[in-house]
Amino acid sequence: MSSSIQNPGPSKIPCYGIWCVFALTIMLLPFFFTSRFSISLFSQIGISCVFALSYNMLLGQGGMLSFGHAVFMGLGGFIAVHALNLISENTLPVPLELLPLIGGLGGAFFGSIFGYLCCRREGTPFALITLGIVELFASGALMFPSFFGGEEGVSGNRMIKNTLTGFDFGSEIEVYFLIGSWTFLCVLCMYLQTQTPLGRLANAVRDNPIRASFIGYNPSHVRFLQFVLSGFFAGTAGGLFIIRYEIIAYDALGLVPSGNVLFMTYIGGVGHFMGPILGAILISILQLVLIHYTEAWQLYFGLLFMAMVLWAPGGLSWLLIVHQPVWKAGLMSKLLPSYLQALATGLIFFLGLIIFIEINYHLSLSIEPGAPLELFGLVMDGHSVVPWSTAISCLILGLWLFRHSVKMVAAQWDAVMVIITKKTLER
Amino acid sequence: MPALTLNNLHKNFGKARVIHGLNLTVEKGERHAIIGPNGAGKSTLFNLISGLYPVSTGDITMNGRTISNLDSHLIHRLGLSRSFQVTNIFMGMSVFENIRCALLWPAGLGYSFWHLCGRLKGVNAKAEAIIETINMMERRDVLADVLSYSEQRTLELGVTIASNPDIILLDEPTAGMSHSETEQAVALIRKVTEGKTLLIVEHDMSVVFDLADRISVLVYGNIIATDSPEKIRNNPAVQAAYLGSSIKTTTC
Repeated sequence: MSSSIQNPGPSKIPCYGIWCVFALTIMLLPFFFTSRFSISLFSQIGISCVFALSYNMLLGQGGMLSFGHAVFMGLGGFIAVHALNLISENTLPVPLELLPLIGGLGGAFFGSIFGYLCCRREGTPFALITLGIVELFASGALMFPSFFGGEEGVSGNRMIKNTLTGFDFGSEIEVYFLIGSWTFLCVLCMYLQTQTPLGRLANAVRDNPIRASFIGYNPSHVRFLQFVLSGFFAGTAGGLFIIRYEIIAYDALGLVPSGNVLFMTYIGGVGHFMGPILGAILISILQLVLIHYTEAWQLYFGLLFMAMVLWAPGGLSWLLIVHQPVWKAGLMSKLLPSYLQALATGLIFFLGLIIFIEINYHLSLSIEPGAPLELFGLVMDGHSVVPWSTAISCLILGLWLFRHSVKMVAAQWDAVMVIITKKTLER
Repeated sequence: MPALTLNNLHKNFGKARVIHGLNLTVEKGERHAIIGPNGAGKSTLFNLISGLYPVSTGDITMNGRTISNLDSHLIHRLGLSRSFQVTNIFMGMSVFENIRCALLWPAGLGYSFWHLCGRLKGVNAKAEAIIETINMMERRDVLADVLSYSEQRTLELGVTIASNPDIILLDEPTAGMSHSETEQAVALIRKVTEGKTLLIVEHDMSVVFDLADRISVLVYGNIIATDSPEKIRNNPAVQAAYLGSSIKTTTC
């Protein structure tokens, strides 16, 4: 470890190379993963990346914990779907490719209204006001069916003649490339924003609002502008959502999507620009995959979130960053055995937990609780002692072994840090 | 015209009268020290001048313009900058970024989100020059959070003077420093406040008598004497109220 900690700010991302790799990845992914499911998943990941990064403009950059960010994506989506219908009727002369921009402007408009209310306060009051806003929209949306479409929502048709590229966007792959292009553009813009005076001042206000005011800046104004920009990108994600799904309903404005974006951002890591992207990828995959296998997928999300908060509060990006010096020093081989041991013992515990949760869900919530449960290819009877005793044994044994493994990981980590420190001092 | 005029200033926190009927004039270009026992209201006075606390009654004027109850950022823009008793910098940023942030408003960049900081050559060069002035070039890219205490205090001084303010308020700038660090800090303060108006609160009497052109003694929310260091040292009322014999032991 270096004797003095260098600034790990977002400017450490290499300038052009990584952006070329990013663009190439977006372009080439559908050629390696050709199934309809994969392309649909990639489109969803793109939307989630934009949404999570827009949220990190508040939480990571500005220190603003919002519980209502989905409101701006949802409102952007509703404005975009109405715009799409107007475009279909030839009333609005905007090509489909620019629809996310309309969503973005809608998000920014509502961001400016609610930002004006929220940004006068910081910390807990700010968080509570955003909670009030999300509740306002979640319950109030049904009162305005002409705009929000009641319980059915508002739908549109993206296959319109007015396009810039000439595609009709009838196939998944065309939609993917449109979403991919917008994702690249939005991610680039949000990264560049972190390098502007406003981006740096958002960090300044997050760290120390009093000092920020004694370098000539109004902290509330900085927060407000950051909020509006964040609303713009959330609204853009809403526009992309409309292109992808062609329908949006009142539940898009609620607490669940607001919680999801908080999960994505926090699990990915708020301290690094890449964090929310990692979180969006992980959560989108988990969401789309887990939903096919278990009804308790939200419970697993909650457990993952708790585990991250407890053991890796900096998120996935933090885990990668702290391993960078180990990797550079070629010492990963010293850590791997203890990591594998911790993984194996953790999996035993997790297996017990899964059996426990799934049997409970099956017995209490499934349509046929008397029918046997199929889990990992094995048929289990919830009324039998065997699955319960297996679950409890795995939980106890896994936990006991895992605690020992964690101690080993800590000891190995300390040993590796000593070696790195010695190497640094020798230099 | 004086740089700062405080006229019949009052500050109450509920029933507690912290500042009551305070009058003070700080001339342009002078180094003026405020001394007084703990709880006398020195930091409160700084917070009133710099807009952190609203004034209960009374007037504060800066270069003839009333600044009572203006927001801190507006007072700063008029040319008043300050440091704090407890180190107050951006801990999550490097030394360079701390200084550069302080230069953004004076450079006219406002709340811009279309300029890239890395390309602001003038601002970056100025930030480098300030870091050079405060002798922190070797620590340029180090996070403020991991600097030593005296380095953090030096960085705070750099942030305070970065915007080239007319009036500088320093709240106990050498508190917690060793003797040698204090000497270096005083030399630096003297250097960076050359030609500026300085108002300083300090407990270390050697620093006060070394730096100040005039000294005001604040006791229980009011100024009991304002004079040159020599006259303050020999003022019986001051000695009785605050300094006792310590003034002679620390400076003579």
